[in-house]
Amino acid sequence: MTPLLSVKDVSKYYGNRIGCANVGFDLYPGEVMGIVGESGSGKSTLLNCLAGHHAPDTGEVVFDTRTDGPRDTLQMSEPERRMLGRTDWAFVHQHARDGLRMGVSAGGNVGERLMAVGQRHYGDIRAQAVDWLGRVEIDEDRVDDRPTAFSGGMQQRLQIARNLVTGPRLVFMDEPTGGLDVSVQARLLDLLRGLVRDLGLSAIIVTHDLAVVRLLADRLMVMKSGHVVETGLTDQVLDDPQHGYTQLLVSSVLQV
Amino acid sequence: MIELTNVSKTFTLHNQGGAVLEVMRGANLTVPAGECVALTGASGAGKSTLMRIIYGNYLAAGGSVVVGGVDVTQSEPRDILKLRREVLGYVSQFLRVVPRVHTIEVVAEPLLSLGIPMDEAKDRAASLLQKLNIPEPLWSLSPTTFSGGEQQRVNIARGFAHSYPALLLDEPTASLDATNREIVLGLIEEAKANGTAIVGIFHDEAARERVCDREIDVTGFSPLAAA
Repeated sequence: MTPLLSVKDVSKYYGNRIGCANVGFDLYPGEVMGIVGESGSGKSTLLNCLAGHHAPDTGEVVFDTRTDGPRDTLQMSEPERRMLGRTDWAFVHQHARDGLRMGVSAGGNVGERLMAVGQRHYGDIRAQAVDWLGRVEIDEDRVDDRPTAFSGGMQQRLQIARNLVTGPRLVFMDEPTGGLDVSVQARLLDLLRGLVRDLGLSAIIVTHDLAVVRLLADRLMVMKSGHVVETGLTDQVLDDPQHGYTQLLVSSVLQV
Repeated sequence: MIELTNVSKTFTLHNQGGAVLEVMRGANLTVPAGECVALTGASGAGKSTLMRIIYGNYLAAGGSVVVGGVDVTQSEPRDILKLRREVLGYVSQFLRVVPRVHTIEVVAEPLLSLGIPMDEAKDRAASLLQKLNIPEPLWSLSPTTFSGGEQQRVNIARGFAHSYPALLLDEPTASLDATNREIVLGLIEEAKANGTAIVGIFHDEAARERVCDREIDVTGFSPLAAA
């Protein structure tokens, strides 16, 4: 099987400081990988390098495109990469405001991605937007409201709907449940699990919340100071951590 | 079906002076299809550790653990997950679920992940919950608020939803009353008859006598015994 995403030797330096160094992994279709580590460990830098938001200093990010097979996204032209960002890729930001257009209605936010891939029939677009709002448990009668009128948890769910409406194959998520209260978090996690299972998505989730990765991720990558210190099956890494830093991380979680 | 060869296990505690605990050495175990093996030994002897190694939850330090042709110690995460979906089931002592998910969906989930349609999976889940005497009004509630015994039975229903060719059972009859204990033992016997290879921990001696073909004392796998 061809990996959906094959990352080789990705490094990013901020001057003399290491953002992330020599990261490599293969992600297969349907797989969900979690990246954990304390803040400043390079998780988000890595995610942004993979998603094409930052240009890494070295390395390859090879994506198995629908039309041309595996291609290094770092060598693609900007329009090609943007096209990928609108179709096969999705990026869920930690703060929903970064991923939404706050001045446009909820339906418009979801519909915009459809228009970006060439859909023009307004009725169809609206119907799909309503369908997706329903899937993320937002009432149909809120379709014409702006996200500014939504709660934080609703905004986050709207962002997810906006991202998934074009049927991406790879979703990047940066702390998707950060900043939400626990009951909303549980609901969002349940929703994400269902979507991953039903749509066969692959995802890379950056978080510092170990409970989130235990529920969502198949496998885990633990980062410290820009380096990957441990990888493996999620429950194995959490229950039988091998590296000193992972042991510290796991044993530092407060029990509820 | 399940074959362990020369398995060893150490824990290195990097944050406690780098202490290295060697807990298992030279563990060998073969369980053919249709056989149930009970792991015995005092508390702390390594029964659960051995189960977790078989499930791929703990990383073995050496040796091989082959379940249904897949060596758990050498496989990629996605291969282990595939094995867990299709071949190897595990009923742990405690139920761990996503909050808010309905009991019936918790039980149906292993089937859904195999691609079985929702209706069929829910039918199977319903018949198991019925069998295990979970009252129907509870099916659409999250099991997080259930009593210990009810949670245990939901957990068992989940573990038996798919007929796995290999099954690990961690105290399946603990915290159950006599009627439900009887039902669970019935499920185990049924699975055996269907050719499931089972490794279990049973503190309940009568249950062990009834469903297990063999007992393995894991004290024999401790480094002290091997030395």
